[in-house]
Amino acid sequence: MRVAVITFPGSNCDYDLYKAVQLVGGRPEFVWHRERTLDGFDAVMLPGGFSYGDYLRAGAIARISPVMEAVAEFARRGGPVLGICNGFQILCEAGLLPGALVRNASLKFESRDVHLRVERTDTPFTGDYAAGQILRIPIAHGEGNYEADPETLKRIEGEGLVVFRYVDAEGRVTEVANPNGSWHNIAGLVNEAGNVLGMMPHPERAVERLLGSTGGLGVFTSLLHSLAGSAPAG
Amino acid sequence: MSDATTTNPEVRPRPGDPEITPELVAEHGLSPEEYERIVKILGRAPTFTELGVFSAMWSEHCGYKNSKRMLRLLPTDAPWVIQGPGENAGVIDVGEGYALAFKIESHNHPSAVEPYQGAATGVGGILRDIFTMGARPVAVLDSLRFGDLDSPRVRYLFDGVVKGIGDYGNCVGIPNIGGETVFDRGYEGNPIVNAMCLGLMKREELITATASGEGNPLMAVGARTGRDGIHGATFASEELSEDSDEASRPQVQVGDPFTEKLLLEASLELIASGAIVGIQDMGAAGITSSASEMAGRGGSGVELEMSAVPVREEGMTPYEILLSESQERMLVVAKRGREDEVRRILEKWELEAEVIGRVTSDGRFRVLEHGVPVADIPALPLTEGCPTYEREGVESKEIRALRETDLSEHLIPRGDLTPTFLLMMGSPNLASKRWVYHQYDSTVRTNTVVRPGGDAGVIRIRGTKRGVAATTDCNGRYVYLEPRTGAMIAVAEAARNVACVGALPSAITNNLNFGNPEKPHIYYQFREAVLGMADACRVFETPVTGGNVSFYNETDGQAIYPTPVIGMVGVLEDVEKVVRHHFRSPGDAIVLLGTNTDEMGGSEYLYVTAGMVAGAPPRVDLLAERALQQALLDMSAAEVLSSAHDCSQGGLACTLAESALGEGERPLGVEVELDDDLPPVALLFAESQGRVVVSCPLEHLDDVLARAQRYGVPARRIGTVGEPEGTFRVTMRDGSVSCPVAQIAEVFFGALPRIMDVPATAEG
Repeated sequence: MRVAVITFPGSNCDYDLYKAVQLVGGRPEFVWHRERTLDGFDAVMLPGGFSYGDYLRAGAIARISPVMEAVAEFARRGGPVLGICNGFQILCEAGLLPGALVRNASLKFESRDVHLRVERTDTPFTGDYAAGQILRIPIAHGEGNYEADPETLKRIEGEGLVVFRYVDAEGRVTEVANPNGSWHNIAGLVNEAGNVLGMMPHPERAVERLLGSTGGLGVFTSLLHSLAGSAPAG
Repeated sequence: MSDATTTNPEVRPRPGDPEITPELVAEHGLSPEEYERIVKILGRAPTFTELGVFSAMWSEHCGYKNSKRMLRLLPTDAPWVIQGPGENAGVIDVGEGYALAFKIESHNHPSAVEPYQGAATGVGGILRDIFTMGARPVAVLDSLRFGDLDSPRVRYLFDGVVKGIGDYGNCVGIPNIGGETVFDRGYEGNPIVNAMCLGLMKREELITATASGEGNPLMAVGARTGRDGIHGATFASEELSEDSDEASRPQVQVGDPFTEKLLLEASLELIASGAIVGIQDMGAAGITSSASEMAGRGGSGVELEMSAVPVREEGMTPYEILLSESQERMLVVAKRGREDEVRRILEKWELEAEVIGRVTSDGRFRVLEHGVPVADIPALPLTEGCPTYEREGVESKEIRALRETDLSEHLIPRGDLTPTFLLMMGSPNLASKRWVYHQYDSTVRTNTVVRPGGDAGVIRIRGTKRGVAATTDCNGRYVYLEPRTGAMIAVAEAARNVACVGALPSAITNNLNFGNPEKPHIYYQFREAVLGMADACRVFETPVTGGNVSFYNETDGQAIYPTPVIGMVGVLEDVEKVVRHHFRSPGDAIVLLGTNTDEMGGSEYLYVTAGMVAGAPPRVDLLAERALQQALLDMSAAEVLSSAHDCSQGGLACTLAESALGEGERPLGVEVELDDDLPPVALLFAESQGRVVVSCPLEHLDDVLARAQRYGVPARRIGTVGEPEGTFRVTMRDGSVSCPVAQIAEVFFGALPRIMDVPATAEG
């Protein structure tokens, strides 16, 4: 499994993602944002961080990086693309996922563990989870409040695009369990084709018991298993 | 080394420079005697530019003129110390080929004026101190002090400082693993904002900030130089007044964490490339201090051309360029002929690098403007020749009287003390600081084993079995009431915290926050505190590898509590054996290590119930503390503990409650019985030193007690861990506390959000 970890100026979870891919036996490679091709990769990941300082708007400048055209092309061909945190924001800005991530309802940066419920197991990133499984995974963001226009929101729920939802420890969708005010407690969703996943929580930070949780491990093992069962996309 | 009295006839005042008058000298924070010394060093009167340079380099901030003599008394050596004081940061050997760079630094004055930028740039500065040693920053901690939260101004400062620290560290991607936040009217006008950073490197990656090799180019790297922060170092060495807010705002710098992140990556790549000789942050006093200090350490000289410095605005004078404290800039000494390699690395990271001078061999700090010399100063007298003072120190009579206050009436309350206990748990000092650290990314870089909220933060060293623990500690009330004891306690508590997680206390960095040292009672506090710290560091074998002195923390003549913050690091040989502070399993035995007393001086109980800061701080027995640390290390290595938690502010009752609550996800009940012949108030809330509450499975109880005995540490079982959502009960001869643990959780976790999560308004 050859995985491109795209690095923008200001990415800061690139290394963590690299190590997580390595941990499950994948072959990660850093790809600098000025590259124009992703040929030969089996999957593409956009890490968290503050690309370009998030100075204009989270992800707004990164989306016009040269590499993003290649990412879009990779996605169009059905290759699995995962955007985490800032990577999710970039995918939304680039139009590869619907909606946008705005400032947390608390107006504060939120860094803590949250519980997620797995809503779909038929994506390349969630096949190893059980439907309805509760995961414990850290979040760390200031702009993770998912929103979209009413039409889009209707479509998202109608087509079942939500993959992860913020829940309490018992799996209930509650307001208290929602760390940022996201609409319908959305923590992560896929495009219609199901190959592009964006999520605010950091699965790469939850792959070792020593660090508190292994809830995110399934994202990486699922991808590995899904790729093992299909031809390379690149 | 050139003759210090050589005249250099070439240097002339620039057209338009103000005339050097006694008033101008005084405005630059220099005494008439210091000015005479400058004239003697130069063999002539200084130019305006030179006066500015001396003013910055001889400020307390850069020159340590009031502290140097005392600081020499601190122990700085141990076999594991690789780099002691005098560099950008201290460095110790942490085993398996790795070295740890660490340092703490203050940004008190800027934060008092502009809390967000002041605190943010404090984090930026300390990160640069670490990565210029060749180490990758892996964790930060923040030690904060504010006035009482009933003041809207204090809430504004607190909110701004936390956001500033968070935004900067989060953006660069360095986890925050701990620290402390204290509220006391003693810090009303002068908040304390100290930031500590830890960096890891392979031993051979260490690089120092020296300028050597005649002809090697000096390169300015990173952000451009602007007019911000001019004379920040001098500003940091003055008292604040009511007018400081408005008048001083231009001296506060603005931070750009995105550029910092690029600078970090570029610097580490530069160091790895071997194309450079040395690198230093342009921190306090900007180009002036970085260039002259690198020259001083390298035993060489430097020549700088002002017109080559990339500037943000036109028409900047050499004076302004030399003293600007614009952020995110570094000075690099490249190897001659490898300038292009340096530029290529920086271009990749979208940064600028310009040659602005060269290393010379004549020992001079020479500044040119379009080839015309505007400053020419012997480098060594500039960096090392700052006059140092050992001042008169006399204890304040008022404070001595406070210390001798009779506190016996405060020990009278008996019976059901639950309401008092809940009041304590909701005090901003004892309440959970989740409101603070949930705004800090604590898990980025995926090495954080113990996050903020425990006794010490812990990160693992990837690729080894090892871990590093770090904490910051100081109870300023104790230091105020009795400086020597207070400073010893600060070191002892830091060491206890580190030992609680299972790490061997290894070394400290200190941030000495005091008032105006020219006042005898302040100098007394400083001297006594340094002596106390030196004693404790010697007994614990935790040398001081560097730090920061922040004097003049006064507003309108009122000094802060003397606050020598201790940043301690420790090493875990097997990070899997880490011990956490919260109780783990119902049925576990609760064991108290150490001895209860009725020492109430300087306690949070007095502050909460009587608004008092009085009495003598608790006694501290350094040898007993050392034995306790060793016992804890022995127990954690043997894996017999379920938890360990230091007993400090708030006393035993609050320690038990914190262990019961953990991070609030699964609070456990507590059943404790104390049969000591002491008043219940003392048993619950006295802050007696040398105590730790541990818990262990019943089958390990005898083992734990035996191990304690082996080290001569008093130990006894005082109770049992209860069920989830159970009752918290402490029974004593003459009193008790009893309530559902959920009620404590509500008070403890809710206190700060209830105060802070209302629309904040900035005053004036």
